[in-house]
Amino acid sequence: MRFVDEFRDADKARALSAKIAALCEPGRQYKLMEVCGGHTHTIYKHGLEDYLPESITLVHGPGCPVCVIPMGRVDDAMHLASADDVIMTSFGDMMRVPGSHGSFFDAKAAGTDIRMVYSPLDSLKIARQNPGKRVVFMAIGFETTAPSTAMTVLRAAAEGLENFSVFCNHVTIIPAIKAILDSPDLRLDGFIGPGHVSTVIGCQPYEFIARDYGKPVVTAGFEPLDILQSIYMLMLQVSQGRSVVENQYARVVPWDGNPVALRVIGQTMELRPFFEWRGLGFISQSALRIKPEYQRFDAEVLFEVPGVRVADPKACQCGEVLKGVLKPWECKVFGTACTPETPIGTCMVSPEGACAAYYNYGRMNRHRVPEALKVISR
Amino acid sequence: MTVNREQRVTVDREQQVLDRIDRARRRRPKVLEERITMSHGAGGKATQTLIEAVFLDAFRNPQLEQLEDAARLNVGGARLALTTDSYVVSPLFFPGGSIGDLAVNGTVNDLSVSGAIPLYLSAGFILEEGFPVADLIRITGDMREAAAAAGVRIVTGDTKVVERGKADGCYINTAGVGLITHDAAELGVANARPGDAIIVSGPIGDHGITIMLARGELDIEADVESDTAPLNGLVASLLAATDGVRALRDATRGGVATILNEIAKSAGVGVLANEDDIPVRTEVRGASELLGIDPMYVACEGRLVAVVAAEAADKALAAMRAHPLGQQAAIIGHVTPEPPGLVQLKTGFGGTRIVDILVGDPLPRIC
Repeated sequence: MRFVDEFRDADKARALSAKIAALCEPGRQYKLMEVCGGHTHTIYKHGLEDYLPESITLVHGPGCPVCVIPMGRVDDAMHLASADDVIMTSFGDMMRVPGSHGSFFDAKAAGTDIRMVYSPLDSLKIARQNPGKRVVFMAIGFETTAPSTAMTVLRAAAEGLENFSVFCNHVTIIPAIKAILDSPDLRLDGFIGPGHVSTVIGCQPYEFIARDYGKPVVTAGFEPLDILQSIYMLMLQVSQGRSVVENQYARVVPWDGNPVALRVIGQTMELRPFFEWRGLGFISQSALRIKPEYQRFDAEVLFEVPGVRVADPKACQCGEVLKGVLKPWECKVFGTACTPETPIGTCMVSPEGACAAYYNYGRMNRHRVPEALKVISR
Repeated sequence: MTVNREQRVTVDREQQVLDRIDRARRRRPKVLEERITMSHGAGGKATQTLIEAVFLDAFRNPQLEQLEDAARLNVGGARLALTTDSYVVSPLFFPGGSIGDLAVNGTVNDLSVSGAIPLYLSAGFILEEGFPVADLIRITGDMREAAAAAGVRIVTGDTKVVERGKADGCYINTAGVGLITHDAAELGVANARPGDAIIVSGPIGDHGITIMLARGELDIEADVESDTAPLNGLVASLLAATDGVRALRDATRGGVATILNEIAKSAGVGVLANEDDIPVRTEVRGASELLGIDPMYVACEGRLVAVVAAEAADKALAAMRAHPLGQQAAIIGHVTPEPPGLVQLKTGFGGTRIVDILVGDPLPRIC
């Protein structure tokens, strides 16, 4: 299949793997962070770690939209959805995220009108079809999904729709990366930059990472060879003592981003003074809200939002996992109390969450695989 | 490759965690939810938990405990297979078939993979007030043709009508009885042994993707149609060709991935599959890539998975390929001694990963 198979070529992977291994200094350990949950998913789904030398550890970063939503925001959303005349719409990923009284799925089973949509524009369709109801879209995600929410608000304004609003939970990636860089717990050698976010914001915003923190950044695509090549590019910089921002995903990511997407975000949304991130706490200027000009589409203005703050469950170590301090399996409740069916923490919910990716794809002892392969080749 | 002390400690700690998880997974299942959610019907982990914690707990008996596709019964010297299935697919008509085709073929297939010759079916209809009679006639016409093609008769039935809004058009339940001949092999996934080959009878995921696209919510068009078909002919050819068949399953909800997990779990063995060997149509693969779903979890309605002794694998494959419904049959993997209970996949990219039982529901009301 075109545009897929050429990026999954095992021969090319073997060649890259050898080049990466040749760049590793004997005795030195390397830690690279893939910021984006989409990369985490690809890494586990294709078994990419099999191609890396033992001295390179991939650390899974905070770039999973569902994982960073704090419990309080889920409870707020649940409160909005519980009104009799409200239809809540949400991406499927969000449906299993636990609030303090269960998830959207549980609320749906108990009779709350929550519907899964594939695009925020589907919410407008639902609003048009249900003039007697108020439709609230649960907007989540980084700069990747913010433009489609912005376009939906603009479309609603153009149509003069009066029964549609957005519960805005959009966050921005740079403050989260900065929080990790400033965290004393973690030593990283470089970043695999988030490809989807970069299609919108470009590569330029990462330059401070290379300049001020001396860490190389390579913006990467989402096929396994993309990631392997990015690791090679990072290791090449590390071995040469360089730190610059490079763009491996140039077939999709323009260096300066997407000006139209940035414009519609700027037109409809503004930075919040601060926002709570799951596990990372309050980060200033790290999230977006609807601008006052469009407040007739802002659920936080139209509805009474309790603004609850709920502490993460004590056993949950999502924060440490999101910061890359703990590997998913090092969390105390991983795989026993916290599983994809009954998640305690958000990292276990989305397929992009590090814990879910490891549980679903990586939960195995790689040292036993060669034995199993012998049986097949018999 | 040398592994230093620190890494060795990490590997050991990881193994301890894996063992702990394994123990947790073997605990008695318990339904934690207060209400039924869509996940309970998805054919994945939640369905399994519901079956074991509620239904098996309530009805426990030696026949039910097998949890195979059909119960095997000794009645007056004859060995019978009995099965039942309900059909709630939406939409009712889709490329390649209708709820009528599914209602007959699904039950015929559950009997076939149990090693039985399907004979008689019942048909129960739950109809919503206002449902067009013309549609009902079309559905029953499809059922008549499917029954004729499979060589079975629909010999009893039931009709209920509920108020508008209390059902979605038409639901069908069918039950089926089949005869297990005296020389039939004892089939069951618990029989799988290391070295056995795992064969799938054709491209996977056609039905699920067809239904998903037929709903029209995704604005994706692709040239795919449901693979709904009666498998009794294919099973008969296969069982006639070799006595090395250890287990058969039809890959419906939960897809091939779920069956591989059932093999690993029931027989206490490992399964290693090779992604490149799994037949998937380009259209199905493309749609799956776009939607972020794995074809291994997508339902089929006319495909079976066979566990075959290593020495019989070639014969079995040839027999399947000689049948019109098995032309693209392929060996997709093998049973391994280690690690018990786990399905591993050699990815097309050349890495390895596990394939777990489905969690959540990528697609409700598929059949």
